Amino acid sequence: MVQSDIPVLALRGVSKRFGAVQVLTGVDLEVHAGQVVALVGDNGAGKSTLVKTIAGVHPIDEGSIEWSGRPVHVTRPQDAQALGVATVYQDLALCDNLDVVANLFLGRELVRGGRLDEVAMEKRAKELLDTLSIRIPSVRIPVAALSGGQRQVVAIARALIGDPKVVILDEPTAALGVEQTAQVLDLVERLRDRGLGVILISHNMADVRAVADQVAVLRLGRNNGVFPVATTSHETIISAITGATDNAVTRRQARVAETTK
Amino acid sequence: MSKHATPEKASTVTETTDSAAPAAVDPRLLVREQGLAGYLEEFKRKLRSGDLGSIPVVIGLILIATIFQAITGNFLTAGNLSNITLYIAGPGLISVGIVFVLLLGEIDLSLGSVAGVSAAVSAVLSIQHGVNEYLAAILAVLAALAIGALHGFFFAKIGVPAFVVTLAGLLAWSGLQGYVMGNTGTLNNIPNGFIANLDNYFFADVAAAYGLAAISVVGYLVAALLGARSRREAGLPAKPVSEIALRAVVLAVLAFGAAYTLNQDRGLPLALVVFLGVVVVTDFVLRRTAYGRKVFAVGGGVEAARRAGINVARVRISVFMISAGLAAVGGLFIASQAGFADKQLGSGNVLMNSIAAAVIGGTSLFGGRGKTWSALLGMLVIQSIVTGLDLQGISQSIQYMITGAVLLAAVVLDSVSRRTQKSSGRG
Repeated sequence: MVQSDIPVLALRGVSKRFGAVQVLTGVDLEVHAGQVVALVGDNGAGKSTLVKTIAGVHPIDEGSIEWSGRPVHVTRPQDAQALGVATVYQDLALCDNLDVVANLFLGRELVRGGRLDEVAMEKRAKELLDTLSIRIPSVRIPVAALSGGQRQVVAIARALIGDPKVVILDEPTAALGVEQTAQVLDLVERLRDRGLGVILISHNMADVRAVADQVAVLRLGRNNGVFPVATTSHETIISAITGATDNAVTRRQARVAETTK
Repeated sequence: MSKHATPEKASTVTETTDSAAPAAVDPRLLVREQGLAGYLEEFKRKLRSGDLGSIPVVIGLILIATIFQAITGNFLTAGNLSNITLYIAGPGLISVGIVFVLLLGEIDLSLGSVAGVSAAVSAVLSIQHGVNEYLAAILAVLAALAIGALHGFFFAKIGVPAFVVTLAGLLAWSGLQGYVMGNTGTLNNIPNGFIANLDNYFFADVAAAYGLAAISVVGYLVAALLGARSRREAGLPAKPVSEIALRAVVLAVLAFGAAYTLNQDRGLPLALVVFLGVVVVTDFVLRRTAYGRKVFAVGGGVEAARRAGINVARVRISVFMISAGLAAVGGLFIASQAGFADKQLGSGNVLMNSIAAAVIGGTSLFGGRGKTWSALLGMLVIQSIVTGLDLQGISQSIQYMITGAVLLAAVVLDSVSRRTQKSSGRG
């Protein structure tokens, strides 16, 4: 996979404070095109806040956001969308009563002569779902009729309607079964193969190791290392997440290792 | 995938899914067979999954007509059926407004009072102050739009539940209606004036009713065939021509049957033309325009709609304005029907009948599901019952009880079908 040297999205020293709580302190993050970056960390580490700063929900206090190497201001969700950042939130935000096509184009319907161009929308929806190898019963049934996995892939496909450069997935597999998780992970790989930068938030280390290229660890609102997945052990990442590199267990292990020598 | 943790494993996974993709039809997919057989199959599947559509209400109408014809012997006469179309116009227009509000998953209890205010304003302006009747009617509708905007503002911006806002409206606008009417008890419509004609004018020429029937059938055929062709050209599954033909035949039988019946009496009523026109236009707006899609989206999931960039507050306010505006027009028709405007117009069971009609016709109380056609179907059911009981000379107290039972039955059907749809995963 060819990766350009300039990251499509880069955060430089981003800080964010809510009242008395310093949520993010000098966080750096880089996403290249065609790369999956997993963002991991304990609950309250600042993952969601970091994602929301990228998505424009919370403007940053300090630091800068660079888009393809040039600094940009992201203060509203529309700014992020205009740049080409699409976010799929944990609660999928699909309308249950509308069919798949209507959900995919919700808020940006194709209109011709004052009326909805259903033919064009259905055609594009089918093309998009086909290229992503997403299989759902019919594009014309209400979303309520779909399984959890199918709803998740529809939500992700919806993010792709606007041709984004970077897709942020917030816990896409949290509520899914094994087979459905596999479907979503397949989809994440296809996004990468299409040259999109993907930021994947997940608590599931197996998922992360299956699809991610880099793992960026957040701990208490600060960077705690960025690891290439291929060459990093599970334990290293876990200890970066928990900050457990130095505790009773590791000390005893080290002592045991010494005595057995 | 050079940076992959387990490249070999992952790539085989991708390959197997890719090679499986173009394989034969996935048994889980809902692929509809072509032709009439496929249509029947789809119809059965919908029935099983609790998606009843208009079937219960159509069956109900046939039952009601048969029963009352058997009891009274003069229910299915041209004169009586023609009268029913006159009675349904006013409350039916209010009911179309109710459908809009119900689609949001909200309720508007003030529409009866709004209809009353509108009739009062129009009557007082034109009769007591000599304002041009058309201008007076327009001012009345504008006043109602302002009222709707006020309701919408308190609901969408302040966050007061719509139930409470419109309950307050029910009382306040009813008071305004009395205040506007002042000491006058009733104001009779100007003979042969605009308001008087609304519900009493007939296109006596037989060509009018038949022409309207022909236009509807041809209009449906052309639209359906063109739509199917553009879908086929785009490579999408389209309605088979046989199905379109069948629907057109059914529509033709209904339309020409109605036209024939109306021509047996006084001709095509203006009120029916207006009501049908409003239903068709609002149905188009709801199902075929971006605005209608927004209304359904807000009714189906407020948060999803907001995330999709839809201005939820604006949609809500606009829907309350539409419902109040339609209620105002309905109020003018009711005044025309009664022959006068008074302090009681729009009170009593007008509002309840309008809400009942929308629900009986198949619009869900739970939001996000429904059509404006349900206002027409439901109003026909209610008015048929009322007319039938009137013919039999049954007192109003009994009528109230029967209408109440029908409303409860419709809501039960709505709740049960909603549950069936959930359990079969289609809803």
